[in-house]
Amino acid sequence: MVPETTPIVSLILRTATRYVFAVMLLLSIFLLLRGHNEPGGGFIGGLVAGIAFVLYAIAFDVESARTLLRIEPRVLVGSGLLMAAFAGIIALALGDPFLTGEWATIPIPLLGDTYLGTPFIFDVGVYLVVIGITLVIVLTLAEE
Amino acid sequence: MLGDFELLTLTSNLVLGMLILTMMLSFIRLVRGPSLPDRVVALDLIGSTVAGIIAVYAVANRQPIFVDVAIVMALVIFLGTIAFARFVEKRITR
Repeated sequence: MVPETTPIVSLILRTATRYVFAVMLLLSIFLLLRGHNEPGGGFIGGLVAGIAFVLYAIAFDVESARTLLRIEPRVLVGSGLLMAAFAGIIALALGDPFLTGEWATIPIPLLGDTYLGTPFIFDVGVYLVVIGITLVIVLTLAEE
Repeated sequence: MLGDFELLTLTSNLVLGMLILTMMLSFIRLVRGPSLPDRVVALDLIGSTVAGIIAVYAVANRQPIFVDVAIVMALVIFLGTIAFARFVEKRITR
């Protein structure tokens, strides 16, 4: 007989989560990085990363998911918004309208020229905001 | 004789038909299911079938981009089923 107060834990789920968590974070970064030219982007990447943390919170508990994240989710929302605004202000500082995409060519040895632009900074900002919002909502609900 | 392309179309149509049949059957289980776990499993099966349909669609239309959609779909459905299972367990132990 299992006493009724036993916390719900599953060894299978916990072991699987250790691997799936890393794969999900990798997939989210993959989706984020290729978002400019192909389907993907900050929003879906952030959702997948948020789902990874939610899975961790379900398999272990909310506290360990918070310590794993290290940063308070609300701080993520704020810094993401700042980052997105910063991407817009770069264009403003260069004399173009707000949020114009500014591109810079960065030569990388052996790989040739790579393009890096403000849309990427904006996307990273969206990524952080989506992770933050998802975790604020889900972790708060899960703690009740 | 069937060419490669015709064979691919035939196969993908056949597989799509089977997947739709699976979806219909699991939908019946979702509606009728006598207990909550039955319904949860049926919902999980529907989600996996959707991921399969997206994958077959990607192959049939030669659009490898859709495979990623199937991957994300499978991950989300996995999490949904786990969350459901957790609530079912909570309900039983209560």
